[in-house]
Amino acid sequence: MPEEDKPVAPPSPPGAGQSGETPAAAAPPAPPKPAAPAKPPGPAPVPWESELVTRLKLQYGSAVAEASTYAGQHYLVVEKPILHDLLEILRDQDGYDYCVDVTAVHDPKREQPFALVYILYSFAHNTRVRVKTWIRDGESAPTVTDLWPTANWLEREVYDMFGIRFDGHPDLKRILLPDGWKGHPLRKDHSILQQDNEWVQINLGIESGQ
Amino acid sequence: MNDEKTARVLAPLPPETAAPNTFLDSNELIINMGPQHPATHGVLRVILRLDGEKVLGLECVIGYLHRGVEKIAENRTYAMFNPYVDRMDYVAAVSNGLGYCEAVEKLMHAEAPPRAKYIRVILTELNRIASHQLWLGTHALDIGAVTPLFYTFRDREEVLKIFEKYCGARLTTHAFRIGGCLYETYDGFEKEVRKFCDFVDPKIDEYEELLTTNRIWVERTRGVGVISGKDCIALGVTGPVLRASGVQWDLRKAQPYSAYPDFEFDIPTGQRGDTYDRYLVRMAEMRQSIRIIRQAVERIPEGPIMAKIPKVIKPPVGEVYHSIEAPKGELGYFIVSDGTTQPYRLRVRPPSFVNLQALELMVKGQLVADVVAVIGTLDIVLGEIDR
Repeated sequence: MPEEDKPVAPPSPPGAGQSGETPAAAAPPAPPKPAAPAKPPGPAPVPWESELVTRLKLQYGSAVAEASTYAGQHYLVVEKPILHDLLEILRDQDGYDYCVDVTAVHDPKREQPFALVYILYSFAHNTRVRVKTWIRDGESAPTVTDLWPTANWLEREVYDMFGIRFDGHPDLKRILLPDGWKGHPLRKDHSILQQDNEWVQINLGIESGQ
Repeated sequence: MNDEKTARVLAPLPPETAAPNTFLDSNELIINMGPQHPATHGVLRVILRLDGEKVLGLECVIGYLHRGVEKIAENRTYAMFNPYVDRMDYVAAVSNGLGYCEAVEKLMHAEAPPRAKYIRVILTELNRIASHQLWLGTHALDIGAVTPLFYTFRDREEVLKIFEKYCGARLTTHAFRIGGCLYETYDGFEKEVRKFCDFVDPKIDEYEELLTTNRIWVERTRGVGVISGKDCIALGVTGPVLRASGVQWDLRKAQPYSAYPDFEFDIPTGQRGDTYDRYLVRMAEMRQSIRIIRQAVERIPEGPIMAKIPKVIKPPVGEVYHSIEAPKGELGYFIVSDGTTQPYRLRVRPPSFVNLQALELMVKGQLVADVVAVIGTLDIVLGEIDR
């Protein structure tokens, strides 16, 4: 269906629809096609240059894989081994005392399919930064509950939804789904209609699921 | 024979065999509160570990209302998902919609026109008043003050009437669209909003008359559920709870969005971080909301209410996090776009979910009756916690 709607997508040239019809009859719709890709190039992330980034790059070298700004928001992509140390530095030295959110993104096309995203905020500087790290399927990540107690439930939710384990978490178990549930619903290979039929049958007494 | 038996029973047991678990000892007691409990404001289950009436620890069991909102988002287009956000924090549906629409606009590098922004601010602030009124009524009811419930629900009705007239819905309004607003204001909208402000201002005094100096209210709330500003930050607690602990932080001021930079308002704070201060902060917030609405209605600009955005919403590849100050705290949306019509990943950062984590710290060592007061003062909505 989205393919059908494609002609609607470039709306900004107003009133161009009528005039376009006559040349279309004469020539095959080859010329409009190259025009279409000209639209999508949205703003690309620009490198984020700051004292913080230079310092971190100096300390960790290539383990800080990317430091960019997109839509006015700063983010860092780092490698897992330095993740905990880097977050600790951000908290203690750069004032990122508030961990807004811990979440994950599943991209099965990548070799390391899971991105862990930490959104941090500094009350002192009124700035936000996102720290992202990619991990392999089945790989665990270090917990940040020792840095921010708020990460406790947030990491439990990531575990519940993606099956990513956090080393050193005080109480890593499911939070939104029931304890005996099988499957991690926010993985891309988990269909939206899929559910743990066995659990539903035993605990709710519904034979066929829903 | 009989005497022998009696003597044996009455004789004190040697200390090593004495059973520690007699009902007269103050042993630990595990009790279950909820999920069907009137004071949990939904389906929250709390397992309490008690020593007599003192709370030693607790565990929250949540997820009874889990609908998989984030999974649904990945399977709907951006516009189709818009109504779903209203069903999270269903007493502040307009705030949810504002956060979502602004997040998608940011992802598309678009912006709503000024008139739409003003309409959004007016409705969002009206919703904040309605949300706080509902909180006040139910919270006071939990503690034993029945009257405020009738007062607040009577006055909340006036807000819902404005919503109904504006978009046809009272609770799950779906008032905003990505790029602006769908509906122009109805005839007499400004007049009615102004009338509401004049109506509700003295009503807030009325609520305060019932509670602020009420001895029972003060005894039940002062010094109950104390949390320091430092603990709030460590636990990620935001909104009125954070402000009542003395941290003057409001996203509307710290990182202004929509039309908020245009308005003058204060951030009310408390000092003690107890239930009573949180009550005062929310009462003051209602007054500040009225102040914002009055300014917005006076200065509402003319012009279009919808930005020029494509019919089919296809944000470029990228990811953004956008958060707003919802009545409960920081409500954030983290959206990852892969350039298609559906979000690749949409994460909601729900304020109630994070705030509820502070419950254990706030009630540890207090009486079991105070758990009810603290659950009320956190102002949680289970629809948002479980998503």
